[in-house]
Amino acid sequence: MNLDWSQIVPYIPFMLEGIWVTLQFVIVSIIFGFIVGTVLALFKISSIKPLRFFADAYTSMFRGTPLILQLMIIYLAVPQLTGYDISPFLSAILAFGLNSSAYVSEIIRAGISAVDKGQTEAAVALGVPYRQMMIDIILPQALKNILPALMNEFITLTKESAIVSTIGYLDLMRRGQVVGANLYRNFEPLLFVGLIYWGLVMVLSLIGKWVEGRLSVGD
Amino acid sequence: MSVINVEHLYKSFGKNDVLKDISINIKQGEVVSVIGPSGSGKSTFLRCINLLEQPTEGKITVAGVALTDPKTNVTKAREKIGMVFQHFHLFPHLTVLENLTYAPLKVKRVSKAEAEEKALALLERVGLSDKKDSYPNSLSGGQKQRVAIARALSMEPDLMLFDEPTSALDPEMVKEVLDVMKDLAQSGMTMLVVTHEMGFAREVADRVIFLDQGLLIEEGKPEEFFSAPKSERAKDFLDKIL
Ligand SMILES: Nc1ncnc2c1ncn2[C@@H]1O[C@H](COP(=O)(O)OP(=O)(O)O)[C@@H](O)[C@H]1O
Ligand SMILES: [Mg+2]
Repeated sequence: MNLDWSQIVPYIPFMLEGIWVTLQFVIVSIIFGFIVGTVLALFKISSIKPLRFFADAYTSMFRGTPLILQLMIIYLAVPQLTGYDISPFLSAILAFGLNSSAYVSEIIRAGISAVDKGQTEAAVALGVPYRQMMIDIILPQALKNILPALMNEFITLTKESAIVSTIGYLDLMRRGQVVGANLYRNFEPLLFVGLIYWGLVMVLSLIGKWVEGRLSVGD
Repeated sequence: MSVINVEHLYKSFGKNDVLKDISINIKQGEVVSVIGPSGSGKSTFLRCINLLEQPTEGKITVAGVALTDPKTNVTKAREKIGMVFQHFHLFPHLTVLENLTYAPLKVKRVSKAEAEEKALALLERVGLSDKKDSYPNSLSGGQKQRVAIARALSMEPDLMLFDEPTSALDPEMVKEVLDVMKDLAQSGMTMLVVTHEMGFAREVADRVIFLDQGLLIEEGKPEEFFSAPKSERAKDFLDKIL
């Protein structure tokens, strides 16, 4: 078998556009997931039982079922139930954001509880109020545990985002498939989008390394 | 004037009765050593005095404030109670100077200039002026503990609680920390010190209290307690460690 890259040349702009389409909903999903995840994490460390129960049940549900199923339920089942014709973009953001928030909440909770109990005691003994202690003492230290794991979650999300191709959303992955169908050759276009995904993930990893370096003050 | 007054203090963790009917009164400027076997409740007793542990029963008054009264603002009251831990618990992401200025700036809300001036004076007092811009993790254990003492003093407390401040240190660093504590005792600070350093208890303390299995078994002047303990349990304990 021989590769013929010349045939995909006319389709390159079409595929490159997919980068932006993918990034667009990945970024919105990450932000959405981060905000919901932070709230869930606060629920998890709060002293109010129903909030803790809700956050734990939520996490268990979203981590315990396939992402593609969650996407299908939002895209296919919700319109049948409510009559609201949900767009692929909105479904994608909802599925990925809600799913990601479960993982993010767990990352933040674990990061906070990994901070030495003695830090809380030292702050409390100095008369530092709870909110201030969280902001100035606990969270800056928790961030060192949280950010690397959070970066991993973002990388996973970027790769998993290819699942939206199954609901016809024209992301990077879907564009590779479309070009492959047009040319009756799949190898070159799929390899091409594969390289792009890999590049995106590399960039995210480098940003992660850089942030980690900036955070290692005091070690 | 009494700085610490504890009346009929009980503390249980579940079914484990850790402190049983402890009462004690500590005057201004007094240095009291708490000794006793491991697990006898010494740390729990100390931690009840600034309500790091919530007493199960009993009344605790510190510097005239009834801590166990539900209406008391405990967070506010803790400003006046310095505490030094066995494992230092310095804030690793702040420099030595920032460790000392943090609480005065954020809790007492003094000016930056004032907080830094006080912090520098305290560092001088514990002999660590040259470390002001270092991060805690670059210090030795003895240096960390001296910073921790200075940090507690930065809030100008009415009394200081020490929970085995030298137990986590290499032997050659014990003296530098004890020297700082002696200096503090001589300056008139009210101190409650859990320690295994019998030399310190003998030399510096005005009074020794002996805890065993959550009971305050015996108290007295160090010279009397160490040479002629009244209770069997204290005799056994002293035989084992001396
Ligand atoms: N947070 C806690 N939860 C449950 N049990 C505790 C806790 N802290 C201390 N204890 C128990 O209380 C007893 C006394 O502990 P502690 O006050 O640390 O003794 P000491 O300082 O004299 O060694 C021990 O049996 C210990 O297991
Ligand atoms: Mg102890």
